Amino acid sequence: MNFRLLCGAAALALGMAAAPVAAQTIYPIDRASILAGSKFDLKVEFPAMIINAVGMRVTLNGQDILQTGNGNPTFIQAEDGKLVSSLVVRDMSLSTPGTYTLQASDGTNTKSVTWDVYATPANPVAKNVILFIGDGMSVAHVTAARILSRQVVEGKYKSKLTIDSFPQMATIGTSGVDSVITDSANSAHAYTTGHKSTTNALGVYVSRAAVNTAHPRVETLAEIVKRKTSKSVGVVTNTEIEDATPASMTSHTRSRSDYDIIVEQQYNVRPDVILGGGAANFLPKSAPGSRRADDQDFIAKYRAAGYPVATTVGEMQAAAANAGNTKLLGLFHLSNMDGVLDRKFLKANTVKTYPQQPDLTEQVKAAIDVLSRNPNGFVLMVESGLIDKFSHPLDWERAVYDTIMLDNAVKVAVDYAGNRNDTLIMVMPDHTHGINIVGTVDDARTGEQMRDKIGVYQDAGYPNYPAPNAENYPEKVDVTKRLAVFFNNFPDHYETFRPKLDATFNPAVQDPVSKFYVANQKYKDVPGAMLRTGNLPRATGSTGVHTADDGIARGFGPGSDQLKGFVENTEIFRIMATALALGR
Amino acid sequence: MGARVAQVAALLLALTVTAQALPAPLGFSELYVVQGVLDVRFTDKVRKLDGETVRVKGFMAPPLKAESDFFVLSKEPMMVCPFCSSAASWPLDIIVVHLDARAEPVDPATPIMVEGRLEVGHWVDPKTGFVSQLRLRGAKFREL
Ligand SMILES: [Zn+2]
Repeated sequence: MNFRLLCGAAALALGMAAAPVAAQTIYPIDRASILAGSKFDLKVEFPAMIINAVGMRVTLNGQDILQTGNGNPTFIQAEDGKLVSSLVVRDMSLSTPGTYTLQASDGTNTKSVTWDVYATPANPVAKNVILFIGDGMSVAHVTAARILSRQVVEGKYKSKLTIDSFPQMATIGTSGVDSVITDSANSAHAYTTGHKSTTNALGVYVSRAAVNTAHPRVETLAEIVKRKTSKSVGVVTNTEIEDATPASMTSHTRSRSDYDIIVEQQYNVRPDVILGGGAANFLPKSAPGSRRADDQDFIAKYRAAGYPVATTVGEMQAAAANAGNTKLLGLFHLSNMDGVLDRKFLKANTVKTYPQQPDLTEQVKAAIDVLSRNPNGFVLMVESGLIDKFSHPLDWERAVYDTIMLDNAVKVAVDYAGNRNDTLIMVMPDHTHGINIVGTVDDARTGEQMRDKIGVYQDAGYPNYPAPNAENYPEKVDVTKRLAVFFNNFPDHYETFRPKLDATFNPAVQDPVSKFYVANQKYKDVPGAMLRTGNLPRATGSTGVHTADDGIARGFGPGSDQLKGFVENTEIFRIMATALALGR
Repeated sequence: MGARVAQVAALLLALTVTAQALPAPLGFSELYVVQGVLDVRFTDKVRKLDGETVRVKGFMAPPLKAESDFFVLSKEPMMVCPFCSSAASWPLDIIVVHLDARAEPVDPATPIMVEGRLEVGHWVDPKTGFVSQLRLRGAKFREL
């Protein structure tokens, strides 16, 4: 026998005897912060199959979990048919604040995690909470929005954005359990549950379970508000209402792509106001516009549950104006709604097919009108979701116009909150993009290539966008002297140095043979187009990506004083829960 | 004389056969009538061509799996971004193409002409779970 092999085998045997090679995995994870009284599932995954459960012991602060009567325990001896056992305790909750240690032993190995259970004051400081999420909104989006909508002259802005007036501000950490880079499911989940999770997951910790909906769940903001208060809940977006950010209010699945399931879970919670795109997954499969795989008709279900259904801005406003309406379902597009640059100015993308989509400002106005009929208050999430969807394909103009729209929508909420001093408003991204403003592009500048027409430092001067209209938008985006805005991460693509007037930029397409993302030849012949070789992985980098850079959160109103310094994204949930006293 | 008549008849027959086999052109803008978000219908043209051989110009979306005898035909080259759009969020106006023989995929930015038998109505592919409303069966394609 080979000596080295023998030696290795001996070391392995020793290692197994001396220290655990694989210990239990426990959810919620170590260092989780849990709102007192909120529901969560405990899951202990044992590394092997437990034949004799005598040695198995799971304790919470020293007490056998099975003796506490907390939650509904199930012991799964062979999970998903594999030779591994798990203990799942559904719907646990801890009402007394403090430090909890969950210890799990299989008789050989012991593993423990510690949780911080926090309470909230007995009395709420806010009756209403409005959480605005600018999906992917980074510093440059906001700066460009201010330059275009407020104008900057001799170094000073003529006026400020609405969000610029918010007194509280914090930087946010957005990383997830699995990765320093988050996606919109995982990050929105942190806002709506106070727990960190994993890429693409909503309302669950991602365990080894094979089925997307079988992972250990944590209760969402909408569920807690519905269970513990008599407030109304609203979800508003300009993306699909079953897309990650709005879905995080009500969903429990490992995969944000489970649109059919997400629509069903949303219906089970029944937010009072639901406004957005994504009607395709509400229609039964027999309808030509449907994307569902089953026969459920959620339009009919919501109607039967007393929701007026609107599909145009006019219908939405009429329903909102009816003082008898305390619920409203508005679906204005089969998939994502169009961005404001397309809707109001370019008439590109799908605006001609769906000419009556509301603006986010109108959606927010309608939502507040309906929700504020509840004397007990409301919780409303509003997403300006296309900032991200335009930033991925490097289409900064569309992303910035939607940032201006977000600010306009915040103005609607601020006008409502006014001096009421009972409404907490927060505005934040869920993650950032690698976007920067580096100067201007001037068609009049002499230069052989388009890049030579970029002015930096003193040569940048100021762009010549027309003065903004009454809604704060410059009505022309393809001006001769434009902002030079670049993303710092990208696939191979043609940089055209000008806005894409006909449709959203589509920088790269997948090469069918190599499977690598390559520059879309559609833009090759745009005058002055320059090939930029990407700096992202060729096989997966189809568009620009999210970045780990801190996001900036802004707060206004009672309870916003905790928004300061640096906060984990999970703290945003805690701020809302505290303001509403949900952990009483 | 008799031979010529036969020749002409054969030619006419050939022409007729050719005319019958010539697939009807169908454009992406001719698939649906969207009268409202909840009122989407197939066009009369689509319903009339159900079961007929048609030809459609479009782009091959990146294949769902490497070895595939079907693909998604789209109006524009598709951008696929798993973290900004869920796999579920394909646009309405796509056609699923089932090839009669496995073929090498082409550059998604290259326009292609696909010919196949149009199949209209909801169908879930039992192998992939992919939901579609319009399909081309027994299809073949060429680059343009
Ligand atoms: Zn994104």
